[in-house]
Amino acid sequence: MRVLPVGSDALLVEVASGAQAEALHAELLRRRAAGLLRAAEIVPAARTVLLDGLAEPDRVARELRAARVPPAAARGERTVELPVRYDGPDLAAVAAHWKVAEREVARVHAATEFRVAFCGFAPGFGYLTGLPERCHVPRRATPRTAVPAGAVALAGPYTGVYPRSSPGGWQLIGSTDAVLWDHTRAPAALLAPGTRVRFVPEEPV
Amino acid sequence: MSDRALVVVRAGALTTVQDEGRPGHAHLGVPRSGALDAPAAALANRLVGNPRGAAVLETTLDGCALRPRSPVAVAVTGAPCPVRLDGRPVAWGAPVRVPAGAVLEVGAAVRGVRGYVAVGGGVAALPVLGSRSTDLLSGLGPAPLTDGTVLPLGPPAGLPAAVDVAPRPGPAAELVLRVVLGPREDWFTARALRVLATRPYRVSSASNRVGLRTEGPALERARTGELPSEGMVLGAVQVPPDGRPVVFLADHPTTGGYPVIAVVRAADLPAAAQAAPGTPVRFVPVRRS
Repeated sequence: MRVLPVGSDALLVEVASGAQAEALHAELLRRRAAGLLRAAEIVPAARTVLLDGLAEPDRVARELRAARVPPAAARGERTVELPVRYDGPDLAAVAAHWKVAEREVARVHAATEFRVAFCGFAPGFGYLTGLPERCHVPRRATPRTAVPAGAVALAGPYTGVYPRSSPGGWQLIGSTDAVLWDHTRAPAALLAPGTRVRFVPEEPV
Repeated sequence: MSDRALVVVRAGALTTVQDEGRPGHAHLGVPRSGALDAPAAALANRLVGNPRGAAVLETTLDGCALRPRSPVAVAVTGAPCPVRLDGRPVAWGAPVRVPAGAVLEVGAAVRGVRGYVAVGGGVAALPVLGSRSTDLLSGLGPAPLTDGTVLPLGPPAGLPAAVDVAPRPGPAAELVLRVVLGPREDWFTARALRVLATRPYRVSSASNRVGLRTEGPALERARTGELPSEGMVLGAVQVPPDGRPVVFLADHPTTGGYPVIAVVRAADLPAAAQAAPGTPVRFVPVRRS
């Protein structure tokens, strides 16, 4: 674990894997809930957790360097089921990357248990992990200027769902009618770090 | 009743509603947002007797014109500019009584970029996640003002401050940004770190509420490849593939994949919000605390 100072009141804690980042994030949330850590923001990402708005960054850095982080327990995180149609314009390109038929992409994707590793890009956009390494795909060479809301997409090791129409370079394999972000709802975000996600096809695949 | 409202006669190039933003939601991908020149917004609120966190209007370069439907106290701060009430000059940086139906014209900035217009009672737009700020990156909060927009106002909270004229910011001939190196300075060559610390940059016209973009010598990377996405802080100096540093302002994305070479001291960010395109920029590495 590396603890990197960020400006005057933040720390970036870097670990070796996504699983370790998950465990560290869980431990930091536990410490904050127990009153052992005061941080305005705790932001997990691919290999890091950012602690921002720390009153005593040096003390927190010392504690973290000495800390033992227990592996993330199988916490009772909720599972969200997202209805999906595998009708994306890049389904054929993804099938070619995976070297399988298009319907096999749908079958594998729908059989995968995903987990929100972290959020970013837009409110409610989760970076979902769970696909095996052989199913990782590059971004599109040319990003689209407009990806519709509800598009289910792949890039690198991640699956994501666009909460609203926006430019985007991910490979689109399907679409969902689920509302990922609604600021009049509580909670506004359907997906938060740690949430488990399954895609449920509207038609059998 | 509905007469506690403000009619936007001229919206200007970009006028948004801003308060202290919505920190605490970065883990959901929600930017903090909020007034870029926070001390100027706080001063405007103080001048009209509002609490610090009341929502104000943030103008960009060319001001705006407003007509209240009931008498209100107004104060204009931030980038200095002429202020007129029904065509007559009135004070900048001081409370002004605006009668119902009169037009307050906030003129073009004489220097600086962002003006702040506080109105007694504050702008009572619908809050999103506890804030009325317009977030231009993610589209949260009220839309940028357009001509004819009617903004509701809250009940007046206090008495306008007994101040004649608030201090004006000095001319920003040069933007000096003190930076703490890291967290990813090891992604850059020793030469790049020297260039950052010694060579002049200029504010790019592509700057916005997301980031202050710069023009100047490219910062050379010591390593290739992609950095996995990581959390970003306010004031982060991110270096995209073109090598020109971008200073993240209030509407910055919560995560990013380009390396952050340094972080600007929070105290220097209000000046960054007021640096017009073309302004020379100097990055000055300082110690952490």
